[in-house]
Amino acid sequence: MSVLVYTESEQGKYKKSAFEVASYGSALAEKMGTGVSAIAFNAEDAGALGNYGVGKVLQVSDASFESFTAAKYAKAIAAAARQENATVVVLSSSANSKYLAPLLAVELEAGYASNVIALPDDVSSFKVKRNAFTNKAYAFTSISSDIKLVGVSNNSFGVTEKGGSATVESFAPDASADGVSVDGQDKAAGKVTIADADIVVSGGRGLKGPENWNMVEELADVLGAATACSKPVSDMGWRPHSEHVGQTGKPVASNLYIAIGISGAIQHLAGINASKVKVVINTDPEAPFFKAADYGVVGDAFSVVPQLIEKLKAFKAAG
Amino acid sequence: MKILVCISHVPDTTSKINFAEGDTKFDANGVQFVINPNDEFGLTRAMWFKEKQGASVDVINVGGAETEPTLRKALAIGADKAIRVNTEAKDGYQVAGELAKVAQDGGYDLIIGGRESIDYNGGMVPGMIAAMMGASFINNCIGLEVDGSSVTAIREIDGGKETVSTSLPLVVGGQKGIVEESDLRIPNMRGIMMARQKPLEVVEPSGTAVKSASVQFEKPAPKGAVKLVDPENLDELISLLHNEAKVI
Ligand SMILES: Cc1cc2nc3c(=O)[nH]c(=O)nc-3n(C[C@H](O)[C@H](O)[C@H](O)COP(=O)(O)OP(=O)(O)OC[C@H]3O[C@@H](n4cnc5c(N)ncnc54)[C@H](O)[C@@H]3O)c2cc1C
Ligand SMILES: Nc1ncnc2c1ncn2[C@@H]1O[C@H](COP(=O)(O)O)[C@@H](O)[C@H]1O
Repeated sequence: MSVLVYTESEQGKYKKSAFEVASYGSALAEKMGTGVSAIAFNAEDAGALGNYGVGKVLQVSDASFESFTAAKYAKAIAAAARQENATVVVLSSSANSKYLAPLLAVELEAGYASNVIALPDDVSSFKVKRNAFTNKAYAFTSISSDIKLVGVSNNSFGVTEKGGSATVESFAPDASADGVSVDGQDKAAGKVTIADADIVVSGGRGLKGPENWNMVEELADVLGAATACSKPVSDMGWRPHSEHVGQTGKPVASNLYIAIGISGAIQHLAGINASKVKVVINTDPEAPFFKAADYGVVGDAFSVVPQLIEKLKAFKAAG
Repeated sequence: MKILVCISHVPDTTSKINFAEGDTKFDANGVQFVINPNDEFGLTRAMWFKEKQGASVDVINVGGAETEPTLRKALAIGADKAIRVNTEAKDGYQVAGELAKVAQDGGYDLIIGGRESIDYNGGMVPGMIAAMMGASFINNCIGLEVDGSSVTAIREIDGGKETVSTSLPLVVGGQKGIVEESDLRIPNMRGIMMARQKPLEVVEPSGTAVKSASVQFEKPAPKGAVKLVDPENLDELISLLHNEAKVI
């Protein structure tokens, strides 16, 4: 019996979610009275997970894992789970983790709960709290299979530093191709993604046109935030599909979500409600978003946002 | 090409969500059910394959008789035949098992589902079907072309997209983008009339394993009132975000 966590990295660096799943896995292992190991692919500082309670890291150093394909990764994680005798496998809620999780579940004949936001109260009934109905409610799901697969919702559990150290073992899973090959990628380099961002700045139809997105990007730059948009904005082609958030778009679970010129339709709110703190900037005090937000500014984005950028720059400069 | 589109029957996106029986069951009272939006995009792409490449398109749901109006709507949009696996959907694993069996026995080449259903947000059924059938799997699919048995597709990834290639048999988790919003079809009178004549087969479940159960529900605590900041005093907003919310 043990817990295995799948920790994601990008260009050799662990993602923040890697430390979060490590923290979750380690707290869970403690409850179960067992240990936690991790599988990491081409991570430079593999042992860094020790700080979050991981005892052993299975380090895969193999260039054929540079490009992500779900079946190949699922097979490798399953092999690690078998070697470690894992009864629980923990992963994140990134698009890639959600892609491979169902394949891994079938491989391990494991029940899978996604969007999990807390530890199970007791490990025998293994009932986990998860976001459901697109953040309109929580479901408590109990997993009854021998092996259990838990997908932790980003930014829900947090990161706990423990100051421990981990042993690093090399691990060489089968890396044969999986039937789907990646021919090319089109990804904004050096930009924070919505899934990984602590802060998301989002614009709606109130911004009138794509030419006005400069200020949204500048505000995002100052805050180190990702940019997002409402559905009509991506439908009209003002912004790419990958920025559309909401019930039918990408889910947002950031620490701070800033909505500019977005009315706050139920389908929009559902998808972003898992964010901790919400700020709305809108000319219309009756906009439904004000009922869902923590902080609000009733005002014209074209005057509020540039001012906010200047003030934030001053605030950042003052440290 | 034989296409099977998996249709999840979910509360309309505007629905208020309530629970019954001591918060142990979803309360369907007064809720309008629709085709899961992600599946509607996939179904529309399937209609394109039907019209342009002569594919056959069947739709399927695992659920009780209450889901039949949703399947009829898919028939009205243009699917040839509907199948309902007559059992309560308990978890993704069980549903995927039933769907994989029908897909395999029926010799389907392309199985289209949605990235996730907007009710339980499992995000697992299509991937599980693929793994159970030994078919290829593409999730978050926002573009799909089939030429003979070779497939090229576009997949949304965090922060962008990628182009992938594979071959049939294939399972797809679709979403908005696989067709555009403006391509979605509202069933017309003729479609609705024709749907009444189309076959809706009810098949008994094979009884696949269930590995989890949603046993209790809870609604989020009501939100406190918003704190309004004067647009002429944005320093206060920065101070609140820094000192009170501690997010910047
Ligand atoms: C099945 C279905 C699924 C959907 N899924 C999603 C989804 O996933 N995500 C999503 O976002 N939507 C979704 N929608 C659409 C949703 O219902 C709304 O139509 C949409 O969110 C509105 O976008 P908006 O707020 O940008 O635009 P609008 O509703 O037009 O709001 C614009 C806002 O900008 C404000 N404004 C105008 N000028 C200014 C200014 N100068 N400064 C500041 N504010 C200004 C206005 O007061 C208004 O509140 C879905 C709808 C359906 C039917
Ligand atoms: N009961 C069901 N019957 C048919 N298809 C389903 C069912 N449940 C889920 N699906 C399909 O699987 C996709 C993902 O659902 P889920 O894994 O439940 O989030 C949906 O978009 C549907 O295409």
